[in-house]
Amino acid sequence: MSSKRAAAAKRPKIAVFKFASCDGCQLSLLELEDDLLALADAVDIAYFPEASRSMTKGPYDIGLVEGSITTHHDAERIQQVRRQCRKLIAIGACATAGGIQALRNWHDVNQFISAVYASPEHIQTLKSSTPIAEHVPVDFELRGCPVNKYQLVELLGAYLAGRKPSIPTYSVCIPCKRRGTVCVMVAKKIPCLGPVTQAGCGAICPSFNRGCYGCYGPMESPNTGALTAAFRILGESDRQISRAYRGFNAWAWQFRKASEECERS
Amino acid sequence: MSEASKHRTIKVNTLTRVEGEGALFIQFKGDRVSDVKLNIFEPPRMFEAFLHGRHLTETPDIVARICGICPIAYQMSAVHAFERALNIKIDPMVRMLRRLFYCGEWIESHALHVFMLHAPDFLGYPDAIQMARDHRAVVEQGLRLKKIGNRIVSLMGGREIHPVCAAVGGFYKVPSESDLRTLSEDLKWALDASLATVKLVAGFEFPDFERDYEFVALSHPGEYPFNEGRIVSSKGLNIFVPEYEEHFVERHVKHSNALQSVLNGRGPYFVGPMARFNLNYPQLPEVARQAAKDCGLRLPVSNPFRSIVVRAVELVFACWEALQIIGDYQVPEAPRVDFEVRAGVGCAATEAPRGLLYHRYKIDEQGLIQFAKIVPPTSQNQKQIEDDLWHFVPQVAKLPADEATWKCEQAVRNYDPCISCATHALRVNIQRS
Repeated sequence: MSSKRAAAAKRPKIAVFKFASCDGCQLSLLELEDDLLALADAVDIAYFPEASRSMTKGPYDIGLVEGSITTHHDAERIQQVRRQCRKLIAIGACATAGGIQALRNWHDVNQFISAVYASPEHIQTLKSSTPIAEHVPVDFELRGCPVNKYQLVELLGAYLAGRKPSIPTYSVCIPCKRRGTVCVMVAKKIPCLGPVTQAGCGAICPSFNRGCYGCYGPMESPNTGALTAAFRILGESDRQISRAYRGFNAWAWQFRKASEECERS
Repeated sequence: MSEASKHRTIKVNTLTRVEGEGALFIQFKGDRVSDVKLNIFEPPRMFEAFLHGRHLTETPDIVARICGICPIAYQMSAVHAFERALNIKIDPMVRMLRRLFYCGEWIESHALHVFMLHAPDFLGYPDAIQMARDHRAVVEQGLRLKKIGNRIVSLMGGREIHPVCAAVGGFYKVPSESDLRTLSEDLKWALDASLATVKLVAGFEFPDFERDYEFVALSHPGEYPFNEGRIVSSKGLNIFVPEYEEHFVERHVKHSNALQSVLNGRGPYFVGPMARFNLNYPQLPEVARQAAKDCGLRLPVSNPFRSIVVRAVELVFACWEALQIIGDYQVPEAPRVDFEVRAGVGCAATEAPRGLLYHRYKIDEQGLIQFAKIVPPTSQNQKQIEDDLWHFVPQVAKLPADEATWKCEQAVRNYDPCISCATHALRVNIQRS
C-alpha cells in the first residue's frame, strides 16, 4: 500500500444523516467555506447525500444526525444508523428536541394532516415529533436552530483528538453581557428567553433590539418559574408566555413543562 | 436485442446534491417511457397547520425554518403578506435593504448550487470536494462567492442561517452606512468572479434538449424582481398577486409528500432563474445582459440544462445590485414602522432563489393566524421536472444504466429542487421495461 493510500485509510469516516428538518444544520458544514476543503482533507466525508453522489458504506467513525423522528420508517432507520456509527452526534434543535414540528405533539395529528393535504390517506406520519435520544443512545447533543458551525468544528475536532468538547451549557446571558449589550428585558421591558436559554449563538437577538427566542434550548438547570413570573410582571398573558416557550425547542422537557404550567393557569 | 425489449427501471433511492429527501423512479421499455415519479419522501412537517394560533410577529422566524437554504425568502414572503393584510407602508430605504438582504441569499444559494451541487455533473465528479482535487481554484472561487453572499446576510441578520433581523414593518435593526460599505471590496471581487463564472459554465457541454415551457415569475417594470411585481407568464398570464389562487391549484398525488401545483386548465409551469431571466431580461443591468450575450445565451432560454448559466448571470446581477444599494443607502428614520393589529387577510409572492414563493395568511383581531397557505417553488416545479424526464429519458435510454441514471439526476438538479421546502415534500428511481 502506498503511503498516500495508507493515510486515506486512516482518515476517520464521517457520515451525515437527515431526518425531519430544514437542512440548515447540515448546511452549516458547507458554510465552513474557508475550512471545508481542509476538513475534507482531515476526514473522509463518506456519506453526505446533500453534497455528494458517492455514498460509502458504513461503519462510520462519527455520524452526524440532523432532524427529528416523525415517521415509522424513520424510527426504524435511526436504529440502523446507530448500528453503523461508533459515535452518534445529534445536531440542531430538531435532532435534540424535536424541532418546531414538535408543536404537533399537543394536537391531533390527523387534523393537522387534513389541514394541509387533500388526500390525508396518502400521508404516513407518527403522532409526535421526537428527538433522536428518545430512540437510540446519543453520544452528544449539539444544540441550536441552526447549530453554530464553529461549535460543530470544535466538536469534530474534540472527537478526532479524543478529548472532551468545550461546549458551554450556561445561559446566553453570559455571552450577552460579555458582548456589552444592554439587557433588553431590564432596559426596554422586552420579554427575553435568554435567562433560561443555553449559550452558543453568540447572543444575537438582544443585539438586534429583540428578546431571545430560545433557539438553543434550555440551559443547564433553567429557572423557568422565575422567568415566567418576570414575564407576567411585564404584562404578558399566560398564552403569550406559553407560545414563547413553544418555539424551536418546544418539546425539550424544561420548556415543555414551563409552557404546560402556563396553559393550566 | 432482447435486452431492449425488456422493461427496465432507473431507480435513484436517494437523490443527492439536492436539499432534502427525494427519489426518482423511471420505468421504460426500449426507449419508450412508461412511468416517471419524482417521489418526495421527506417527512411532512405541516407548517400551515401549526401556524394556526401563532402571532403574526412570530411568523417570519417560524416559516424561516421551512428551509435552511432560503430562510430569507420565507421571511420576505411572510412580512410582505402581513404588511398587505394590515396596509403597512414601509420606508423606501427599508425596501432597498430588503432587496440587499435577498441579494445575499441569492448569491449564497446560487453559488452553492452552481459550484457545489450542479457543476460536478458537468465535469464528471460525484461532488465538489473530489472536483477540487482537479479544479481547486474553481471550487475555492465558488466557496468565496458563497461566503460573500453569507457575509451580507450575517451582517444584516446576525447569522447566515435563520437570520434574526426580519420584522413585520421593517427590520429589528438596520445596519449603518459604514457597516454596509465594509462589503464593497468583497462585492467588487464577487462581481468579477461572477462574470468569470458565467464564462466558465457557458463552456460546459449541454445535452440537446429544448422544450416549450410556460415560464412564470414576478415582473416589475423598473427592476429585476425580488419582493414586488405582477405575476406574469411567457404565455400571456398577467395578474395581481392576490389573484394567484384563482389561476394556480395545488394537487396532492400519492407518490409525494409535497403538493404539486399546476396552472389552471394549462398544466405544469416553470419557476426559478430561467423564468425570471426570460421574463425580465430588459430589467437586468447592462453588465448582466452583456455577460449573457457574450456567452451566447439567447432568449428565450428553453434548455433547462443551461439553467446553470442563467444562475451565473443572476449572480452577476445580485452582486451588481448589492453594490448599487450599498452606494445609495442611507439609514432610514426608523428601522420599522409601528402598526396596529386588526383582523385581515394578506398575501404576497417574492422570488426565492428557486422561484416564486407565495404566502397567504388570515389573522384575527389579536393578530393570531387563523389560516396559512404556503406554496414553495419546488412544489410548483415538481410536475415540470417529471414532464422533463418523460421527454429526456429517450435520449439517454441507450446509455449504460449508471450513466443514464446520472443524466436523469442531472435533469432533476437543473431545477435546484429544495425538497425540505416542498414538504414543508423528492425520490429518483428509473425502471426500464
